[in-house]
Amino acid sequence: MRAGKSFLILVPYLWLLALFLVPFGIVFKISLSDTALAIPPYMPTLDLSAGWAGVREFLSELDFENYVFLTEDDLYFKAYMSSLGIAIVSTLLTLMVGYPIAYGMANASERFRPMLMMLVILPFWTSFLIRVYAWMGILSNEGFLNQFLLWTGIISDPLVIMNTNTAVYIGIVYTYLPFMVLPIYATLEKLDGSLLEAAEDLGCGRIEAFWRVTVPLSRPGALAGSFLVFIPALGEFVIPSLLGGSSTLMIGKVLWEEFFSNRDWPVASAVAVVLLMILIVPIILFQRNQQAAQEADK
Amino acid sequence: MSEFEAHAPVEAPPSEDTAPIGPPAFAPWNDPDQKPLIQFRNVTKRFGDFTAIDKLTIDIYAKEFFALLGPSGCGKTTLMRMLAGFETPTEGDILLDGKNIVPVPPNKRPVNMMFQSYALFPHLTVAQNIAFGLERSNMPKDKVAARVDEMLKLVQLQKFGGRKPHQISGGQRQRVALARSLAKAPKLLLLDEPLGALDKKLRGETQFELMEIQEKTGTTFVIVTHDQEEAMTVASRIAVMDHGRMVQVDTPDRIYELPNSVYVADFIGDVNLIEGNAASHHKDGKVEIHWAEGAPPIVGTPMVPVANGTRCTFGIRPEKVHITKKLPEGKANIVRGKIVDIAYLGNISTYHVALPTGEIIKAQASNNRRIERRRFTWDDEVWLWWSETAGVVLTG
Amino acid sequence: MKRFTWFNAVSLTLGFAFLYIPMLILIIFSFNESKLVTVWAGFSTKWYGELLQNEAFLDAAWVTIKVAVLSSTAATVLGTMAAYVIVRGGRFYGRTLFSGMIYAPLVMPEVITGLSLLLLFIAIGLDRGVFTIVLAHTTFSMCYVSVVVSSRLVSFDRSVEEAALDLGCTPFEAFRLVTLPIIFPAVLSGWLLAFTLSLDDLVIASFTAGPSSTTLPIKIFSSVRLGVSPEINALSTIMIAIVAVGVISASLVSKRAIARQAKETQEAVRA
Repeated sequence: MRAGKSFLILVPYLWLLALFLVPFGIVFKISLSDTALAIPPYMPTLDLSAGWAGVREFLSELDFENYVFLTEDDLYFKAYMSSLGIAIVSTLLTLMVGYPIAYGMANASERFRPMLMMLVILPFWTSFLIRVYAWMGILSNEGFLNQFLLWTGIISDPLVIMNTNTAVYIGIVYTYLPFMVLPIYATLEKLDGSLLEAAEDLGCGRIEAFWRVTVPLSRPGALAGSFLVFIPALGEFVIPSLLGGSSTLMIGKVLWEEFFSNRDWPVASAVAVVLLMILIVPIILFQRNQQAAQEADK
Repeated sequence: MSEFEAHAPVEAPPSEDTAPIGPPAFAPWNDPDQKPLIQFRNVTKRFGDFTAIDKLTIDIYAKEFFALLGPSGCGKTTLMRMLAGFETPTEGDILLDGKNIVPVPPNKRPVNMMFQSYALFPHLTVAQNIAFGLERSNMPKDKVAARVDEMLKLVQLQKFGGRKPHQISGGQRQRVALARSLAKAPKLLLLDEPLGALDKKLRGETQFELMEIQEKTGTTFVIVTHDQEEAMTVASRIAVMDHGRMVQVDTPDRIYELPNSVYVADFIGDVNLIEGNAASHHKDGKVEIHWAEGAPPIVGTPMVPVANGTRCTFGIRPEKVHITKKLPEGKANIVRGKIVDIAYLGNISTYHVALPTGEIIKAQASNNRRIERRRFTWDDEVWLWWSETAGVVLTG
Repeated sequence: MKRFTWFNAVSLTLGFAFLYIPMLILIIFSFNESKLVTVWAGFSTKWYGELLQNEAFLDAAWVTIKVAVLSSTAATVLGTMAAYVIVRGGRFYGRTLFSGMIYAPLVMPEVITGLSLLLLFIAIGLDRGVFTIVLAHTTFSMCYVSVVVSSRLVSFDRSVEEAALDLGCTPFEAFRLVTLPIIFPAVLSGWLLAFTLSLDDLVIASFTAGPSSTTLPIKIFSSVRLGVSPEINALSTIMIAIVAVGVISASLVSKRAIARQAKETQEAVRA
């Protein structure tokens, strides 16, 4: 029995150590190395055959040069800032779009709720890439949106949306909407209807009851949804590279280009390490929110 | 044992000539030649800093229906889970038939358990649930089928063998769980709050079914419950537990009539408790308890000698307190008070009588007259009295 | 009391229109005669025909399916083990690190996961190909599987497992005969989730794929970068159709099963 348990623990444990934690160690190590015209394109490489001396020499050549470089070239600073900006704006937009949907679902008759749930989840199962791609035909200068707006006469010249930050916002809101709607719906659905009756009984109008009862009670869901959108949006790569323009700076794209186009692995690794550091704060906040919500449930 | 006290006003004389006829009462714990089936020897169980079981020693005999009774968190469930093998004692030994079973894993013990939630396998039918344990013991197929039929018959569920657990009612699930745990004919059956999920009426009926099945199969039952009525009904002996210790282990009637502590007296049934100081021994071992300034002392019979001046509690059950309008004559313990509350329970009524000293004493009388003839009402001045042997003097 | 107002109706209508109109347009224009994807020129299925002639796409699709089947199966086994360890494992050395490693990949940007795995494969001299993509996909999707499976494990009565032990099962038998059949629906949906995640993944596959192991998303991405094409519309339509049929039929089946169970339970209570 003890052997069985150890086996059960060790297999997934070792797998994650080898394919999740060790790779991070390697990323961190390479971020301290220098670029080199070699294969692999960085140095130093650890020479274990030289024993202790080799390890010491290896360690002595590691430094924080690449991080200094990130602060010197303002491209990176701008990219981090613009990623944060885009992630925050699109999270707020997703909240504004998602809340009414979740609210409508929670108020719908119990018969329709499972179907509405499925309608929200269904896009999540379809390819992310295809969902982003779908907007390329809609947002381009001769795309369906402009065709429609020109036809109705609202505008006389086509709007330039494709390859701008606006397109990126639309893309993020569209693809991450289920992540926002589902947690909010979960809290709203649990909400006891008699609380609203109590509020009205005590003299609240309907709209006031909504703001003073429904909104505060759905806050954990809204927070969870916001984190679920914000965290992946910050490192997003596909949306800015398909819908964004050359002026759209997002750190995921910068990392990709640094790696594949410039082949500067040490700098790409440093970019990744800094991105991770930035993400730690929202991830911890998210965890706390989840724990608090769980405890409140008990 | 204390003398039998009939409800006022019908005074039935104690009948000494109807001595019990038939087989001697089942009481292996009084027989020094009997070997216990289960022995706990100085068993302690700690979870981190929390001591769930504290140096507990107890013997349970074969064919007993043994009840572990206590409030939640008293350690009764831990004790049972140690018997089943799901918890290991931190210290001490548990012996089954004289052999230490502490190192034996649950699947190798001749002990089965009926779980509080029933824990029926939702993906198997009733018959498959019952057969589950038999199949694990490599019993031939035809024997398994015969045993399953036998068990279904025992719990009167012959028609339901093919149903899944969600297709039968709560009471039927309870019986399936019982049949499943009995199928392997264990030496010991553990029942964890077996009737907790049933409604009150069904629980009453099922208690008697349980006792019948226990008698029929001759299995030793250990039941965990927090319901004292249930324990009193089914058990041959009750162990009252508190904070990981056994407070009293005894037959239901002795637990009720002769509690050894305030805790037991208060936990089982309703009781009046009056604190005071013991004084002036009578020759026959009776003591006087001085409980209030100016009030006559209460005369009671202690079970163990009580030294002069000891702080003690006098406990008496409400049904042993008589209530009258006229001053009773020639009685040892008489107090006067005013009725402040009446709890009408149909067959009996409980009167809450406030004494001049502030104490409230509860007295019960049976309602053998119709409403218009009821003798007592609110604010009536009444006399309460009880005999010198009706209550207990508790020092613990 | 909850009331369904006109405001709710409007927001649901607009919301679902927003979610589904882009995909509808995509599907409609995959049947467009014209090469110009934004101008309707009559109904045609010729793009589907061309797609089926396109060897590059077919090869990529085959690679993708292979990777998805292998990685989701491995991820289901590992993820179920991990879930069991997290929920039932009790205390063991390094438990905090373990649960951290289970949850971290769920919030990790794909670019970082991809980069780190690529650097690992290079460091140990592993040639990139189908095998490395399978390793990478297994690693991140096993975490999703374990979240799905552990939520099921948490909600089911532990005493059912104890009953199995009590009736003579070894711990392994108890898992095989009792736990696994009960959590099987969750294991299955974990597998489906892992399968979909693998089919869908572009970023991690791009990092860990070799030149001979192009997956469908990589192929789509490189052709989409050049602009919208009716062939891609046709491909997207096929993929959307497969997912829609799968998800809708799965939910109908489970809905019917739940309804039947509820009905039987009700009858049992009444009887």
